[in-house]
Amino acid sequence: MAASDTESAARIVARERAADYLVSRHRFQWPEALPWLIAIAAFFIFPDRMTFGGQVLIMVLFALSLDLILGYAGIVTLGHAAFFGIGAYTAGLLIARLGYSEPISTLFAAALMAGLVGVITGWFLLRYRGLTLLMLTLATAIMLQETGNLRSDLSGGYDGLPGLTISPLFGRFDYDLYGHVNYLYVLGVLAVVFYFVRRIVYSPFGQALTGIRENVRRMHAIGSPVHRRLVTVYAIAAAIAGVAGALFTQTNAYVTLTVFDFDNSAKVMVMLILGGTGRLYGAFVGAVVYMVLEDYFSKLSPTFWQFGIGLLLVLAVLFARRGLLGLFEDAGRRLSKRKKP
Amino acid sequence: MSDAALEVQGLNRAFGALPVTRDVNLSLERGARRALIGPNGAGKTTLVNLITGALKPSSGRVLLDGADITATSQAERARRGLARTFQINQLFRGLTVLENLCMTIGERDGHCNNLWRSAGSKRAVIDEALDHLDSLRLVDDSLKLVRELPYGRQRLVEIAIALAQKPRVLLLDEPAAGVPSSESHLILDVVAALDPDIAVLIIEHDMDVVFRFAKEITVLVQGAVFTQGAPEEIMANADVRAVYLGEEGHKGRRHV
Amino acid sequence: MGLVPHFAIIAVSILFDGLAYAMFLFITSVGLSVTMGLMNFVNLAHGAFAMAGGYIVVTLTRTLGVDFVPALIIASVLVGLISIPFERYLYRRLYKATDLEQVLLTIGLAFMSIATFTYFYGPIPKSVPLPEWLQGDINLGFRNFPSYRAFLIVLGAFLIAVLWYGFERTNIGAKIRAAVDNRRMAESVGINVDLLFTLTFAVGSGLAALGGGLAIQLFGLSPSFAVIYLVLFLIVVAVGGLGSLKGTLLAALVLGVFDTAGKYLLADAGGFFIYAVTVAVLLVKPAGFYGRE
Repeated sequence: MAASDTESAARIVARERAADYLVSRHRFQWPEALPWLIAIAAFFIFPDRMTFGGQVLIMVLFALSLDLILGYAGIVTLGHAAFFGIGAYTAGLLIARLGYSEPISTLFAAALMAGLVGVITGWFLLRYRGLTLLMLTLATAIMLQETGNLRSDLSGGYDGLPGLTISPLFGRFDYDLYGHVNYLYVLGVLAVVFYFVRRIVYSPFGQALTGIRENVRRMHAIGSPVHRRLVTVYAIAAAIAGVAGALFTQTNAYVTLTVFDFDNSAKVMVMLILGGTGRLYGAFVGAVVYMVLEDYFSKLSPTFWQFGIGLLLVLAVLFARRGLLGLFEDAGRRLSKRKKP
Repeated sequence: MSDAALEVQGLNRAFGALPVTRDVNLSLERGARRALIGPNGAGKTTLVNLITGALKPSSGRVLLDGADITATSQAERARRGLARTFQINQLFRGLTVLENLCMTIGERDGHCNNLWRSAGSKRAVIDEALDHLDSLRLVDDSLKLVRELPYGRQRLVEIAIALAQKPRVLLLDEPAAGVPSSESHLILDVVAALDPDIAVLIIEHDMDVVFRFAKEITVLVQGAVFTQGAPEEIMANADVRAVYLGEEGHKGRRHV
Repeated sequence: MGLVPHFAIIAVSILFDGLAYAMFLFITSVGLSVTMGLMNFVNLAHGAFAMAGGYIVVTLTRTLGVDFVPALIIASVLVGLISIPFERYLYRRLYKATDLEQVLLTIGLAFMSIATFTYFYGPIPKSVPLPEWLQGDINLGFRNFPSYRAFLIVLGAFLIAVLWYGFERTNIGAKIRAAVDNRRMAESVGINVDLLFTLTFAVGSGLAALGGGLAIQLFGLSPSFAVIYLVLFLIVVAVGGLGSLKGTLLAALVLGVFDTAGKYLLADAGGFFIYAVTVAVLLVKPAGFYGRE
């Protein structure tokens, strides 16, 4: 009798521990504040590099959007720049052709446009995988670019649309030459979007995404509406990429068709891989590391930079498949193992 | 008749010129305990794939509780109460055992449509998942990643997932396959203790299991139903022994 | 001149130029198709092999005074040989890896090679000195045709015949086809799939190098060739179907002629066509014309 009592007591404890893990997994943990503190610190430490800082944050946002599709749902595409471009041109055309320059509502418009294209293309294309999907998404991005080129009267072609200044933020804060207002603006947008992405990732929907990534066959067998889930996340990721694109236009006061380049799609993928996919903060680490390295090395020699990033990629795939965050986790685990007697 | 939990009518499927399922008729009433046996390559797993919708038939119908589901998707059939296990585990290997179960329940009850609340906020889901794990003695493994478990325990998780779907019809594809004999009793106990209301079809090679479990046996040979009946009839049937057991003669397990 | 003959001349021009372009696409892409079909390996460095071939031809002809055609042959053989250690020591480690990892590794290699060639050759496009008989035009009565393009068409036809024979009539070809169809089965009947793949990869890379050398006269050669034309090769392979000689040929013809027609008839929108055709084909036949599954 006593034996089975302790047995059932032990089982109850085990149950509670397991439940607690899941119940509290989404709670903010203190290391999560680090990237934000660093971003704010950068504002005070590097006040003369704030234009660059703004670009970095935009890339973080762009990489974050890709992480939803690539890291969480496990879908590999080569055309994510298409949505960045749609957002960028929504903002650009609103100012250049319609004279509309209120920044925040422009972001919503960009998200809407990109999200819409995401829903439509996703509904068709996400029935495919592998090389087929890679080619379809790549071709879609190129066709969008070619369409822009066709109507270069509207889009400004590869020369682009210059002089796209936005109205003061909230009607009060005017952009300054040093990009200070811009940096805080982008940081604010990033924080808001990140909050939403974080909620999605820890929600049951986010769980379903990882299920699709881990074993899509099983997902079908347990009744998950896989295609619907994928189109949903694709549209959300597209909308966020669109916001990043719009911010890009607003930051540079300029947009050209090169935003649709395959180069852009590849760049953001490299950033995400470097940082680590499916980890929310991989986008932060990867984008910052990439942009900083690029800024430094490509000034030294663009050829050297290209070689370096190629080499980094090869090494990452061979030895650090889970990116920098993966390496940190491994190191952390090894350290804590050593601590135990 | 019309109250059959699962009914298969004239099911046919060919891969190119090769027929793999030939005019199969099958009926499972509520609470059925049926074993599907046959030589290798008889098309048993193919039949299960056709029933669950993983494969489309060339002709024929599948009915679940009287409703024609032939045109519905695999996921839709699962939502209507049809669950299966795979011959080779199909689990979410990079996730914990508990998450595997919570995800199944989440999809079943539509929680996974929710993008806002955290997965952990649905305490009822977690509790139900733990209940399932408890009944399979897997609670201690709750927080382990599936890929870290020994194969036998993974097989239990596979069954747990199917049970967590709260199915009305359950198709088990060689549930004890690949499990070391020291652990196979775990699987078999579970199978024996299944809810009497569920209609169960089990593909098996091990006659021990078949006899212990089945109230009815269907013998499949080269894609067609060879014969069906109660266990004693089947085992007394000389044709069955010839066609099936001749092939199985060199397999290790005990057979008649 | 009446409308019909005028129209006919345009059509013939499109066909001729389209055919030449298609031959280039075929020669460069066929290796990629067979290796992707055989090993299920997404090789985005294939364009880099083509580019390397082109640069070797440039060095051979300009610096070492070798004639154009021998230079093509030497470059192909050289690149084919160099590709062997890549396959054995690098690619082989990733056959079981995910699509994404293969994509990233090979993109990384492509970047590294672009940077390397930029360092040695500079970013300015290079040209190659052609022998007399390849310059100028051939007169076929109603129109003059550039000799170089005619040469491409003839060379392409020759290679197609050789490859077809090798694929369909030889032992090795049969083994390759078997392994593409069902690798495990091929291994279990004793086919040395590893060796087969190294061989196929070497031949495919050599052909890519040949294509790269041939492309110099058509498009000029700069380091970014590796990535710009990679998209084209991937499209040909995807549309044709992995592992299929017939498919690659058909895709090269369709895409080559459509692209040429587009550029002739709708100058500005021309570039659009090749991608529209790709999307149309893949939506209907996701595995390409002759792909499996």
